[in-house]
Amino acid sequence: MIQIFAFYLFAVMTIASGAITILARNPVHSVLWLILAFFNAAGLMVLAGAEFIAMLLVIVYVGAVAVLFLFVVMMLDIDFAELRAGFIRNFPLGMVLALALLAEMVLGIGAYRAGALKLGTPDGTATTAAGASNIEAIGALLYGRYLFLFEAAGIILLVAMIGAIVLTHRQRGDVRGQNIARQVARRPDEATVNLRPEVGKGVTL
Amino acid sequence: MIGIEHYVVVSSILFVLGVLGIFLNRKNVIVILMAIELILLAVNINLVAFSAFLHDLTGQIFAMFVLTVAAGEAAIGLAILVIYFRDRGTIAVDDVNRMKG
Repeated sequence: MIQIFAFYLFAVMTIASGAITILARNPVHSVLWLILAFFNAAGLMVLAGAEFIAMLLVIVYVGAVAVLFLFVVMMLDIDFAELRAGFIRNFPLGMVLALALLAEMVLGIGAYRAGALKLGTPDGTATTAAGASNIEAIGALLYGRYLFLFEAAGIILLVAMIGAIVLTHRQRGDVRGQNIARQVARRPDEATVNLRPEVGKGVTL
Repeated sequence: MIGIEHYVVVSSILFVLGVLGIFLNRKNVIVILMAIELILLAVNINLVAFSAFLHDLTGQIFAMFVLTVAAGEAAIGLAILVIYFRDRGTIAVDDVNRMKG
């Protein structure tokens, strides 16, 4: 009973906050509603028994991606009212397309429920071992069968990180930065000079 | 009783909301990126639900990869957004025409 209540709570909250995400006037509010949507989706995943993915969703999305969005929204000085100019004009077409898409999906689910096409049966090579928790089983699978895909995911993240840094980095002329090569190349004999100036006269540096 | 259909319906509604969001906010790249995140979230819910339904963990592994790609996409997308804003002072998608595409 409590599962059914929890499912409907999470599902309704996910969909409602997703809807407000795309309808909100202020992008900051959009980001905050997106965070709520992700929290509730994580709840849905916990209900399905996938607590690792749920945890990952909260950490990665709420901890990293949503904060990144917030940073960018607040960093850019944009007149958001102007960007919403086409909202009313696009509304009917968007609604029609969305309803058509939803009808197609419901049709697909109905067909699935009426007896789906038998394209094959799960062979069970990746089923959870008896007694292992969700995280243990995912770890065994991830570091075993999907090791190379896991490494590839790491490379994708590395490329994304370097790409983001390279894209946003700019050389500014008006700041005095550290010149590491010059610092390392400096030798003691050229850094210090030993002079014996006459009394009353200064030295020129 | 909550079945796989309930999960599939929730994820399809979320997916459609994401598509609708792209349509409604045609000018605002930030909201378009957020709508794409909603679409990927719908995909993840679907993957996890079917993984639980078929007792096969592959779905959860691939949900993780989708998460990876989504994070990379958000980082690169927002970086492009920042340099575009630095260059033009606006983020309206309609003005992106330098490459005459």
